[in-house]
Amino acid sequence: MISLAGRDILHSWGKFVFTGVGLGLLIGVTLSMAGIYRGMVDDAQVMLDNTGADLWVVQQGTQGPYAESSSLYDDLYRSLLNMPDVEYAANVTYLIMQVGHGGQDVSAMVVGVTAGKPGTPGQPRYLVAGRHITRSHYEAIADISSGFQLGERIRIRRNFYTVVGLSKRTVSYNGDPMVFIPLKDAQEAQFLKDNDALVQQRRRNAENPDFNRSGIPDLLAVVNASQSTNTAVNAVLVKLKPGTLPEDVAETIRRWTRLQVYTRAQMESILMDKVIDKSARQIALFLVILSIVSAAIVAFIIYTLTLGKIREIAVLKLIGTKNRTIAGMIMQQSLALGVIGFVVGKITATFWVPIFPKYVLLMPLDSIAGFFAVLAICALASLVAIRMALKVDPADAIGG
Amino acid sequence: MSGKGIHIEGLKKRYGEGDTAVHALRGVDMQIAPGEVVGLIGPSGSGKSTLLKCLGAVIDPTAGRMVLGDEVIFDNDWKVRDLRALRRDKIGFVFQAPYLIPFLDVTDNVALLPMLAGIPNSNARAKALELLTALDVQHRARAMPSQLSGGEQQRVAIARGLVNRPPVILADEPTAPLDSERAMAVIRILNDMARQFETAIIVVTHDEKIIPTFKRIYHIRDGVAHEEVGEGRGFE
Ligand SMILES: Nc1ncnc2c1ncn2[C@@H]1O[C@H](COP(=O)(O)OP(=O)(O)OP(=O)(O)O)[C@@H](O)[C@H]1O
Ligand SMILES: [Mg+2]
Repeated sequence: MISLAGRDILHSWGKFVFTGVGLGLLIGVTLSMAGIYRGMVDDAQVMLDNTGADLWVVQQGTQGPYAESSSLYDDLYRSLLNMPDVEYAANVTYLIMQVGHGGQDVSAMVVGVTAGKPGTPGQPRYLVAGRHITRSHYEAIADISSGFQLGERIRIRRNFYTVVGLSKRTVSYNGDPMVFIPLKDAQEAQFLKDNDALVQQRRRNAENPDFNRSGIPDLLAVVNASQSTNTAVNAVLVKLKPGTLPEDVAETIRRWTRLQVYTRAQMESILMDKVIDKSARQIALFLVILSIVSAAIVAFIIYTLTLGKIREIAVLKLIGTKNRTIAGMIMQQSLALGVIGFVVGKITATFWVPIFPKYVLLMPLDSIAGFFAVLAICALASLVAIRMALKVDPADAIGG
Repeated sequence: MSGKGIHIEGLKKRYGEGDTAVHALRGVDMQIAPGEVVGLIGPSGSGKSTLLKCLGAVIDPTAGRMVLGDEVIFDNDWKVRDLRALRRDKIGFVFQAPYLIPFLDVTDNVALLPMLAGIPNSNARAKALELLTALDVQHRARAMPSQLSGGEQQRVAIARGLVNRPPVILADEPTAPLDSERAMAVIRILNDMARQFETAIIVVTHDEKIIPTFKRIYHIRDGVAHEEVGEGRGFE
């Protein structure tokens, strides 16, 4: 027996290729949407990986530092360093800021890190160019996606920083490039007031009789100084000695310091559930809508193609073709359309993904799942046309 | 008993029920021997198509008895179970328009029937080619139907009707779209085939050009078939 579906497709291949390409673009969009979701998850995971931390110590009662703000004293890390299982503890601050570069601003996540050797928690783990931050002022490492050049001077608030290193895949959970600067600078940047505000504050302090006491002339200067320095950080990143259980150490820290401590797994679930959850559901809904649209298109096309073959189907039935053979022919055509569409979609998605501004991750497993989803949708969509074909009366082939 | 050919006794067909019922066939008797080509004529609405549909096993008669070849296919309340296989193996159809499958080439259009019956592709194609040769269209064997002339298409359609060597061929206005020369050619082919393959052929027609060629004609009026002797011109 020959394949009726195959012969029909070969005969009217133009129609199939055209509709297949149209369907393929739709499938390409669908695959890209899934890739955007995967990219978001991957951005979040990469951000956590890049910290090199096993534990995040944050302000009591908060889910910081990514899902909400958290503030800790910057000398706290010393007591954590003294705990037995802790290998390293480092302060870190996170600030979403506009970083000036040339005449333009780049939206970036500015990370304040302690200066030190590569691998220090908080600092990028490897660089694609340049060196790590070694001085405690006015040096920066920028993610390559920021567009900054090595040696370039960038502006954060009122201060200028020299880009000494470039990193890669160091982005915030929402895809902004990270710019690493020394912790002290970051703390200052966080609280930096403009000159007018400083003058205002100093005037208020001078007018306050509690601060401006004639008997203690230095008090006002101390108050002014303390108000313009910032001793807060957002979190302490803790790296544990090999072979220790993060959950155990987290419990100990919680007990001794009464601070909130998150393990890597907990941090990840905070990011997933609190930070990217809405976007994920947005994309999921979009995927559902795209699937329905694709199904409707396939159903319509196959229905129309079958409608154009009513006469032939009546003849096929009259000369003794089984209903199963006719249904098979229609379903195979629908599946073939799906296969063409999937191939076109996969290729187009692969080509256009690099020009997306945010990271899009096309996972092979998603493609395989997508392939079977397309086949299932096409099989379902062909049922309408099959129903019609089965209703065709062979008597119609014999004229009236 | 019946032997081969077509035997119809007291065939009745009623469409619908009660007041609106149409009695399309009111008791038709017909005998067509193997190798015989018989004309079926009658005014519009007389029941020609209805008779052909009953014989073609696509609608059920209301009463009567039909024998195709050596098989009783309908006897009042009883009928053959697998009508699909019956149509495939026992009946060849030739229509007013050729109704070839546009996406199959000429050979496969003809070979499709034996393939549907489970015969391997190469054997089925060999059978098809044999008939295409008999009908003198073998040189177009690899062409698509849309590339053939009307007459060639009709010959391919006849080849398809004959390929399973059915004992019966039902032809519904097979010459309507053809000019008189081509129409006569089709009739000649049907006569040749009838003789060669021992097939009983009924040709429904309005076509004045070909009516004189039949030796025997059934004239249907108001659902009853009246046998008439034809001129039998052109074929001995
Ligand atoms: N499906 C049907 N339902 C009800 N009545 C029908 C049906 N098919 C045919 N008839 C009626 O049966 C009668 C015979 O119809 P039939 O189609 O057999 O005529 P015909 O001889 O083929 O006519 P024509 O030469 O115009 O094709 C007509 O009165 C027609 O209206
Ligand atoms: Mg008719």
